[in-house]
Amino acid sequence: MNLIWLQSGGCGGCTMSLLCSDARDLLGLLRDAGINILWHPSLSEQTGPEALALLEACANGEIPLDLLCVEGAMLRGPAGSGRFHVLAGSGKPMIHWVEALAARARHTLAIGSCAAWGGISAGGTNPTEACGLQYEGETRGGLLGAGYRGSAGLPVINVAGCPTHPGWVVDTLLALALGEFGADALDALARPRFYADQLVHHGCSRNEFYEFKASAEKPSDLGCMMEHLGCKGTQAHADCNLRPWNGSGSCTSGGYACISCTEPGFETPGHPFAQTPKVAGIPIGLPSDMPKAWFVALAALSKSATPRRVRENATADHPQITPAIRRTGLK
Amino acid sequence: MNRIVVGPFNRVEGDLEVTLDVADGRVAAARVNSPLFRGFEQILVGKDPRDALVFVPRICGICSVSQSAAAAAALRAAMGLAVPDNGRHAANLVLATENLADHFTHFYLFFMPDFARDAYAGRRWFEAARARFKAVEGSATADALPARAAFMHTLGLLAGKWPHTLSLQPGGSARAVSAAEKIRLYALLREFRGWLERRLFGDSLEAIAALDSMAALEAWAAARPPGASDFRLFLEIAADLKLRRAGRATDVYLSYGAYGDADDALFARGVWRPGSATTALDAGAIVEDVSHAWLRDEAPRHPLQGHTWPDADKAGAYSWCKAPRLGGEVVECGALARQLVDGQPLLRELVTGEGGSVFARVLGRLLEFARVLPAMETWVRAIEPGAPFCAQGELPDDAQGVGLVEAARGALGHWLTVRHGRIVGYQIIAPTTWNFSPRDAAGTPGALEQALVGLPMAEDGSVPALVQHVVRSFDPCMVCTVH
Repeated sequence: MNLIWLQSGGCGGCTMSLLCSDARDLLGLLRDAGINILWHPSLSEQTGPEALALLEACANGEIPLDLLCVEGAMLRGPAGSGRFHVLAGSGKPMIHWVEALAARARHTLAIGSCAAWGGISAGGTNPTEACGLQYEGETRGGLLGAGYRGSAGLPVINVAGCPTHPGWVVDTLLALALGEFGADALDALARPRFYADQLVHHGCSRNEFYEFKASAEKPSDLGCMMEHLGCKGTQAHADCNLRPWNGSGSCTSGGYACISCTEPGFETPGHPFAQTPKVAGIPIGLPSDMPKAWFVALAALSKSATPRRVRENATADHPQITPAIRRTGLK
Repeated sequence: MNRIVVGPFNRVEGDLEVTLDVADGRVAAARVNSPLFRGFEQILVGKDPRDALVFVPRICGICSVSQSAAAAAALRAAMGLAVPDNGRHAANLVLATENLADHFTHFYLFFMPDFARDAYAGRRWFEAARARFKAVEGSATADALPARAAFMHTLGLLAGKWPHTLSLQPGGSARAVSAAEKIRLYALLREFRGWLERRLFGDSLEAIAALDSMAALEAWAAARPPGASDFRLFLEIAADLKLRRAGRATDVYLSYGAYGDADDALFARGVWRPGSATTALDAGAIVEDVSHAWLRDEAPRHPLQGHTWPDADKAGAYSWCKAPRLGGEVVECGALARQLVDGQPLLRELVTGEGGSVFARVLGRLLEFARVLPAMETWVRAIEPGAPFCAQGELPDDAQGVGLVEAARGALGHWLTVRHGRIVGYQIIAPTTWNFSPRDAAGTPGALEQALVGLPMAEDGSVPALVQHVVRSFDPCMVCTVH
């Protein structure tokens, strides 16, 4: 399967994340699955005219294009002209290259939240009129339009995340190469379900603090970051705490809140990222699937039952009290 | 006069287009264009100042930590915080990991594959270079990527993830390290050291760091065959292709000083030029000129007074990149500059004798592995589990702050102004903004634009690999440049 990877209004971070894959030989693994990297801006030898010739041959159908991976937002500005990103050497805006190549591709993949929804590039006043391939924030449409389908029949596959996890990309590519990825593998936002059917909260190392609503109050505290520090791990779809980053990490284990970077519109939360918006002392963004009344009742109950160890450790940067050794007589 | 446009210029970070005017078979003038604009400096205006820690790493996926570090430093200055020792060690380790990983990526994925191009078939080192460094297929890709990924496990522990961590805070690090994690960090560093000593250098890091003259380097090379290590092979190629004679820029070198505050930094802050001692940096003398950028015209401004207002139709402009100048001068930054300012004797001898070059820039990066990794080992050893990692404080509603750090590619500055608790000004000058700047109002070309002048062109009119070596020797990061 021929793969072309393009970068537009993003930071290249999804490529860099991919290169952190713990596969022992990442490119060999893809090659072994029959994926042929025709061109990737960070990896390929072909530069200048050789690279443009390859892209043109794919755009006019001379070379079959199976996998089009696009990283970075689609920059439609200024005034719809696309001139905020002209593909070097071609004189042509990248949005036009993407439209031409997507029209030929069997599958089109948005790599990362910029390509999926617009992402951080669409933040603030969105000075570049950034959008995603098939979404603009939560709204279907984007550059390619809501009706777009790759020639194999799927909409744009949104491998969202900022950056996206290397495992999410590798698993998606391998599943496509093996023919084991169909419409039922996508969630309602066209993200691969194998990672988007979990919440960041699942497997969070701070879960004991969450259970007791023993909350962190400042950066470096060990407690749950949902109540005060803006953590959206209970609402964000991703398996970050089940599938580690860089060996053993995740945002919440790294000491900072989940900013729900896999979700459309995460760049405009309507509040400072590291601060939880509340009404009458109760966080507005409650855990997915949790009725508010239950949350309030359970939070009050669990707070009243918080062990001293959990309460004191929550506002320290390392455990102050270790778990008691209780001799139960049971073996 | 013939004009050639080169692009897309791949195996750099981000988007790059180079226009060459060719006369008499040589480059007569070069114009460097960054054909991408995202507008981070506008996106940040109106935000809570701490939100900069979310946005700025996403300027760049290859040096996101250095952007975080600069933002944290600017906020720290605005808050008047002092970082506890553990926080300093952790932040140094996080930044050093990224910087060394960038040098690693540059050498193995971006720079060396050009020597495996068919244009070099027949050179005595060609088969070895092709087997090892061929893009995508070479043995180095299969072998260096896992080594890099394993090294980056330090950031899984210290920073949660890479890129785009939020662990670097104004007061230090949000991620305290336990006693057991300290040992794991140490083990990860030793593992990476082992790989570097076996494959990159074929010698101990201490032996490489001790190379203090060109004579010492030549004696080191003469004592081992060209295939002994990747470094030895690079020296062979560089000698054959005379990379010491290619790519000289202005020979004025800027470093903000790295890994620590100005007084106790591992690498010193200042400005150096051949034949003189390091002079102090006057950061007040930095201005950005927009005369040839697609930005609304205004007089050159210090970044605390600067704006970034796009004007895609501006006549005479050819890049989204501004032209920073220090006291009116074009300066070069990067690993070479960092080492020259700090007084590394081998590089000072090389540049004093022959000026900056492709060879000197790559050597500067390689020597940093040998100088920085041992320092990282001492920082890990100095961590005291149980002692604080992060100071806390209030951000005043009205404040200014400047964060000057060294990214892998050199001097990175953030200038922040806060009014009524919101960002009203945020200007960024990235290393590649210095190196790949367009002309200024006086018509003076930027560092790369100067370094390309005089290079011989291929007889068939194609762009020779040498042009690519010169461009890539700066390890450009275009997404940072135009942010």
